[in-house]
Amino acid sequence: MTEIIQKVKNLSIGFKSKKGEEILILRNISTNIKKGETVGIVGESGSGKSTLALAMMGYVKHGLYTIGGECEFNSSNLLKMKNRDLEKIRGRKIAMIPQNAGQALTPNLKIGYQIDEALQLHSDLKEEEREQKISELLNKVRLPSPETIALRYPHELSGGQQQRVAVAMALAGTPDLLLLDEPTTGLDVTTQAHVLELLNFIAKDTGTSMVYVSHDLGAIAQVSDRIIVMYSGEIVLEGPSRDILKKPIHPYTYGLLKSIPKLSLAGLPQSMPGSQPQPGTMHRGCSFFDRCNFSEEKCKNNSPQLEYLEELKTSVRCFNYKSLMNDSQVNQTVNKIKMSFQDKEILNLSEVSISYAKQKLLDQVLNRISDDNPTVKDININIKKGETIALVGESGSGKSTILKSIAGLLRTKGGIIKFDQDRSLSSDLKERDPNDLRIIQLIFQNPDESLNPNHTVEEIIAQPLKLYFGLKGEELKKNIIDLLQKVRLGEFYMSRYPRQLSGGEKQRVAVARAFAAKPDIILCDEVTSALDVSVQAAVLNLLQQLKEDFGTTYIFVSHDLAVVRAISDRVAVLYQGRLCEVGPSKDVYQFPSHPYTEVLLGAVLEPDPDIKPKLVAEDIVEEKPPQKGCSFQGRCSRILGDICKNEVPPWQITNSGNSIRCHIPLKELQKDQIN
Amino acid sequence: MKLDNIYQEEKKSNFAKVSEIIITMASRPSGFIGLSILIFHVILAFISPYIAPYDFKAINPTLMLQAPSAEYWFGTDDLGRDVFTRTILGGRTALTITFFGSLIALLWGGLLGIFCGLVGGKTDDIVMRIVDAFLSIPWILAMLLIVSLLGTSTEVLIPALGFFYGKGIVRVARAATHDVIAKDFIVSARARGHSNFSIIWNEIIPNVRDAILVEGAMRWSWMLLGFSSLSFLGFGVSPPTPDWGLMISNARGLMSFAYWSVIAPIVGLSSLIIGINLTADAFAKALGIDRSTKAPV
Repeated sequence: MTEIIQKVKNLSIGFKSKKGEEILILRNISTNIKKGETVGIVGESGSGKSTLALAMMGYVKHGLYTIGGECEFNSSNLLKMKNRDLEKIRGRKIAMIPQNAGQALTPNLKIGYQIDEALQLHSDLKEEEREQKISELLNKVRLPSPETIALRYPHELSGGQQQRVAVAMALAGTPDLLLLDEPTTGLDVTTQAHVLELLNFIAKDTGTSMVYVSHDLGAIAQVSDRIIVMYSGEIVLEGPSRDILKKPIHPYTYGLLKSIPKLSLAGLPQSMPGSQPQPGTMHRGCSFFDRCNFSEEKCKNNSPQLEYLEELKTSVRCFNYKSLMNDSQVNQTVNKIKMSFQDKEILNLSEVSISYAKQKLLDQVLNRISDDNPTVKDININIKKGETIALVGESGSGKSTILKSIAGLLRTKGGIIKFDQDRSLSSDLKERDPNDLRIIQLIFQNPDESLNPNHTVEEIIAQPLKLYFGLKGEELKKNIIDLLQKVRLGEFYMSRYPRQLSGGEKQRVAVARAFAAKPDIILCDEVTSALDVSVQAAVLNLLQQLKEDFGTTYIFVSHDLAVVRAISDRVAVLYQGRLCEVGPSKDVYQFPSHPYTEVLLGAVLEPDPDIKPKLVAEDIVEEKPPQKGCSFQGRCSRILGDICKNEVPPWQITNSGNSIRCHIPLKELQKDQIN
Repeated sequence: MKLDNIYQEEKKSNFAKVSEIIITMASRPSGFIGLSILIFHVILAFISPYIAPYDFKAINPTLMLQAPSAEYWFGTDDLGRDVFTRTILGGRTALTITFFGSLIALLWGGLLGIFCGLVGGKTDDIVMRIVDAFLSIPWILAMLLIVSLLGTSTEVLIPALGFFYGKGIVRVARAATHDVIAKDFIVSARARGHSNFSIIWNEIIPNVRDAILVEGAMRWSWMLLGFSSLSFLGFGVSPPTPDWGLMISNARGLMSFAYWSVIAPIVGLSSLIIGINLTADAFAKALGIDRSTKAPV
């Protein structure tokens, strides 16, 4: 087991800035990958983790160059090799599984052909043998009926299936080392858990070494034997996975683990201040100095070296790791959120249905929507003033669709959206008056897209102020500064462009813009999923603080159940555009649950090697909601039979006020689920 | 040390932005050459009336088709007029007409393209099919028709050229708008209830401006060629106004024994077109529209 297959020695990679300065992306990295082990490389975006993984297969991105050091594989330095020689190693000895398999597969070639191509390149099999090998590989990655899958095109497969095909292609050359760059990041929670389980199985089955790059400690915890934590281009902590996740002795990892919301804890985790320094801005001292709670004077000017601790088999880059060693059990403390909602209802959705179906000519002429099986159906939710309600579900569950209709961006097929119990809101933007538009504001998932890159922060925040309140001159400026202070940004941010801000800062600007309209309801569409983990908690805390100050109501859409658990008062679980379960968040996270909620909860990945995901249902993807019966019938493991297929299940209400839409009596559900 | 040192880039004045772009353009050889040629032509167009050695319309039968000499640098044409004088004056009309023509093309093509991209749906369909229909008409035929009906005055040529060269810009502007329109900041502006005008002016134009300007610069050089072709056919400016297209057309038959009378306007015309093309290219690269020159990482 001790045979080393990849040796990275003092590797530095960087680029030359416009001014001619050498800017380092990777700084003096040394590590070894042993045969048969799975190493997780974890870090925020910009920490250099992908650059390191690519260097391990001898690839340096365009514009970057190797400044020093080597990546040794089979006792030859990959970074000095000619392309012709590298071709012999890539695919055969070292294979890569990309983040987005959908983009990595050629769209106009059949799956079987693409795998065959990989086999032709990377193995010496003859034609007849290859055919057999293809179905063998597809079997290995657990794709149903390999023969039919091989004849399909990539777009005919779901995201999870595409990722499996990518794994099969990587395995075609029976590589010694498998590099995985965020392989599950774009997948749904349930699919993610299944793919990780598959990777675990393959690692054990084939004895391949794996390097697993991810920002997600939850995913890393499930697969890796050893973890490398990267920060600002350096390794800050490296050691056995269990020790690192249970007793992190570097302040960054410690803080990171504290800031991840967990299913078992309601309330907001503590946030880590600041953000990772940009490449080229660090000159001396510890790169984590600004954000560290344990820093001393000497950390400011001296960079700590990576120190190997024999007894823990761990390397750490910190002067003060000893103070963390004694009490480093991560005792997560959370800020309990105050239930601040009133009895008054602010938004009622009744019988809302939305259709994406293309309308027939007659319907177009009559300007009506007819679709007997709409994408979203039967949505009845009453939202109280000041509460945070979360809409949860996988992609395609209709959660964002509902938000769009509330915002007036998408016409509903039927149903009523009422504000303040008496004002009916049209789902057509043009029919709403300016005040109706003002009371509902949106915050989007990706602040890179939601802020106009050619506007300064001042112009961005000024827009709603000018539009709704007609502010001008000094008063406008005063208001902008005021809003910036509320989202904890200084006045000097006014003249900056979005590209000059970090991800967290951009999202704060987006929050400030939403609050500028003095709205009653804010729709948050996956607001933290584009952010780094260490920044996520800070944004959640900010949102909570603002809500308490202004009494705003949030409708919070997310696929991340742990985040939802942290911030929401009430949760609505959606599947295929139909509600499955609605209730106070503490009850939704407890049994009895709707079988779909159970699946979702089981698939959540926690950054703890002892908590394994429970895979209850298959991760198949349904394209259309069923015509009749329960929306979840296709995947339900507790299906009763014809009743589920033909009759829409009734709402059952638990003692604590949790509504579950299922045919199975609550008592039986509870009994089964606790076992 | 402050974390955000890298962000210490202050908001720049427009003048600083423009000069930065010009410096970037001139820093690559092709851009430098293009800019130099263009600037040379523009300066020449301004000062040529004051430096021209002879009267451009002074006919002198005794000096017909003289070869270049110390007195007549580029020789004389079939009517005994000085070719040098006529060449340096010949770019003025072409530059002026096509410059304003391009502005008109940019304005209507750009705005219509953006509007269609934003509203989409049936309006977009109808407008774009009309544009397609116009694109399928050979422009030179249509131009000849317009010119023969309305005459060859500047007031006719500028809008007519502007119209015909704007059609292509509609498509580019529409495509550039489509790239932007799907972004959340447009959705956000819509959800806030901004008017279409405000969305176009504040949100879209700043993001598609660069692409449209580059396209406009490219169209300028095409229009110059088109205008010269019209003159060549006798439908541009009327004699005796010195114009390259006209000069080439007149001297074409004499090429075999009096090459000088045709070479000078050809060099003038082609160098200006190449200059504009290179400049437009460098402009695109300086703005980062050409992907291959984007900064690493």
